[in-house]
Amino acid sequence: MGFQPIKFYQTGTFTVGNRLLPPEQRSVQADMQRSNALNSGHRACQGCGEALGARYAIDAAMRATGNQLIAVNATGCLEVFSTPYPETSWQLPWIHSLFGNAAAVATGVAAANKIRAQKEGQAESQTRVIAQGGDGGTTDIGFGCLSGMFERNDDVLYICYDNQAYMNTGVQRSSATPPAARTATTMPVGPEPGNVFGQGKNVPLIAMAHGIPYVATATVADLRDLEYKVKKAMGMRGARYIHIFVPCPLGWGSASHDTIKLARLAKETGLFPVFEAEYGEVTNVSKIRQKMAVEEYLRPQRRFAHLFGKSPKLDVIARFQHIADQNIYKFGLLGEDKATVGYYGVESV
Amino acid sequence: MLKQIEGSHAVAEAVALCRPEVICAYPISPQTHIVEGLGEMVKSGEIKQCEFLNVESEFAAMSVAIGSSAAGARTYTATASQGLLFMVEAVYNASGLGLPIVMTVANRAIGAPINIWNDHSDSMSQRDCGWIQIFAETNQEAADLHIQAFKLAEELSLPVMVCMDGFILTHAYERVDIPTQAQVDAFLPPYSPRQVLDPANPVSIGAMVGPEAFSEVRYLAHAKQMQALELIPKISREFQEIFGRESGGLVRPYMLDDAETVVVALGSVLGTIKDTIDEMRADGISIGVLGINSFRPFPISAVRRALSHAKRIVVLEKSLAVGIGGIVATDVRLALDGLDQRIYTVVAGLGGRNITRGSLHRVFRMAMHDQLEPLHFLDLDWGVVNRELDRERTTRRSGPIAENILRDVGTASRQSV
Ligand SMILES: Cc1ncc(C[n+]2csc(CCOP(=O)(O)OP(=O)(O)O)c2C)c(N)n1
Ligand code: SF4
Ligand SMILES: [Mg+2]
Repeated sequence: MGFQPIKFYQTGTFTVGNRLLPPEQRSVQADMQRSNALNSGHRACQGCGEALGARYAIDAAMRATGNQLIAVNATGCLEVFSTPYPETSWQLPWIHSLFGNAAAVATGVAAANKIRAQKEGQAESQTRVIAQGGDGGTTDIGFGCLSGMFERNDDVLYICYDNQAYMNTGVQRSSATPPAARTATTMPVGPEPGNVFGQGKNVPLIAMAHGIPYVATATVADLRDLEYKVKKAMGMRGARYIHIFVPCPLGWGSASHDTIKLARLAKETGLFPVFEAEYGEVTNVSKIRQKMAVEEYLRPQRRFAHLFGKSPKLDVIARFQHIADQNIYKFGLLGEDKATVGYYGVESV
Repeated sequence: MLKQIEGSHAVAEAVALCRPEVICAYPISPQTHIVEGLGEMVKSGEIKQCEFLNVESEFAAMSVAIGSSAAGARTYTATASQGLLFMVEAVYNASGLGLPIVMTVANRAIGAPINIWNDHSDSMSQRDCGWIQIFAETNQEAADLHIQAFKLAEELSLPVMVCMDGFILTHAYERVDIPTQAQVDAFLPPYSPRQVLDPANPVSIGAMVGPEAFSEVRYLAHAKQMQALELIPKISREFQEIFGRESGGLVRPYMLDDAETVVVALGSVLGTIKDTIDEMRADGISIGVLGINSFRPFPISAVRRALSHAKRIVVLEKSLAVGIGGIVATDVRLALDGLDQRIYTVVAGLGGRNITRGSLHRVFRMAMHDQLEPLHFLDLDWGVVNRELDRERTTRRSGPIAENILRDVGTASRQSV
């Protein structure tokens, strides 16, 4: 691709095309050199945000490591749809062990790599490792292993694909499920329909509390930002964590073609703050470009359908708006504000 | 070199001689001294080019072991009791994936009631998990078996559990011949994996397998254990050639020729049993013992061959399959299928209860006269048991069993655990 400098009137707008960007910022979708680490032929649903996120994240990591990469996968949609026996979509060494141990397995891989490098007389291993899993595998059942890996500062990048529920088993609530959301285990019935307010955990902030070198959030709406963060993470040693917001058409009851839109809305409403942190401090926040009301995000998703209809639940929607506004305030998502968060006391959805 | 050394340290030194590359562990009595010893050796540089990881749970320990083994490193861990149960999902995964991890199980009871002392409930609970399970009789054998275990594991690409009695062996100071590095190097080649996570040759490991191939994968796991039946004696012979002493193998007969009564047992209790048998032989009694070294694979033919001439078999085991009785005994019965013999199960030594020569004399003599019930609990205090049964018959809220019994036997409840 030829390189054209960006014209001054194009900066800060949505209109800068890929070919106008500096080479290192360009998407490499059609690049002949692209590793296609997660190859075509897998069985993800149409519009699966997790498949998209994984494809970009792992390819970016492959580029950053000169293809010297090993992936460890937790049980979940990504594992199941990518490796239906006897086929595999993975073009890199890949291991699936269990649902709750991806971080620890990756620690083991990193340890083996380190010793191999020592035996070959290298200061550090050129072969790197990524652990990846869904929100359930990360924030719930794999949380002990994840925290242990963080605390030891093992040389692992852990990527969480957050689709806000246990999708692979049929859309059950996880500790990343937002309030009011319908899941198979938080049905929209009773006095408080859907998932309850005031629960759940924010793993990016908990990751920061471990003081690890790098924590970032990203969405599949901004793939270049995701690639940049993965590349940056692979340029560092020690424990790193990237939490990617990945809409799931099947679990959310959203249109396949709305995956990118919903991911963008999650960020533009303030419900999902996109930021980077190093050693426990926020270092960079992706500002909201055009603030949107939470309804815009909630309405297209059938998991929130019970909030709308003939008599919309304005009070519930207002509670969502409050969460978004809190995030905007605490992370400084608008204008020139600076983030005021440490690792405590911020809600996101 | 001969050393007066604690069992745990003998094992640590043996493992160190195997040039491990990744060691991970989580502490639990009575395994602690082994991994403490190894941790110190890695930190001091005595073990070179090895990563020692203090992990946050046994589940993580086995998971780290899975990762490092799959990435091509010779990997070791150790656990016991609750720790083994805490890692169970990963234990099955390691064998399912065919990863040659070596793990010591410092055998200990399983709670509740929580109990730190020795019996075989922990490793027996994992008898079907796909790991090879070998049992040590002495600390010398415990050390030797670890060296053999790496070879066995890596040749088959299967994980191996070396079971040694907690406290009785792990904490006992005995004379142990610690081999030289040159001997171990001559015996154990560097690890050359059958499958490895390698960017130069990417493979997927651990993919989902459906009904179309699952049985075949499982059958091959079984077939590998059947191969181990050949390999275990072979490795034991090779070991003897280099190290000059016998250890390992499938079964170990003692005074079996012409024995009318044969005791079957595993682990350190074999020592006490042999002493008892020596005394009984001196009294002219025709009795012997068969030690089972390899519990998985279970050497059905070797056991049958060794026991077929006996009139009666007494399986003495430190484990209990609640609701049926013996675990080892069930396997022994299978090996003796169709033979006309009396088979007794004696459950003994649970939770660290001493197995004394006096009690063994009594129970073996009862067996000889065929006065033993099919399932016997050695030295069971019937007074205490019946009082509790009576309490439950007469009082609805009879209270917690263990605490009632402690009160009955007069043990103060301020025991420390
Ligand atoms: C120990 C254990 N418990 C439960 C399961 C069942 N299980 C498999 S995948 C899955 C859901 C995965 O959810 P998540 O991690 O969010 O990934 P997603 O499928 O949503 O991408 C569950 C509950 C399992 N495989 N292992
Ligand atoms: S259920 Fe959701 S996460 Fe799973 S493959 Fe379908 S869209 Fe992707
Ligand atoms: Mg999920």
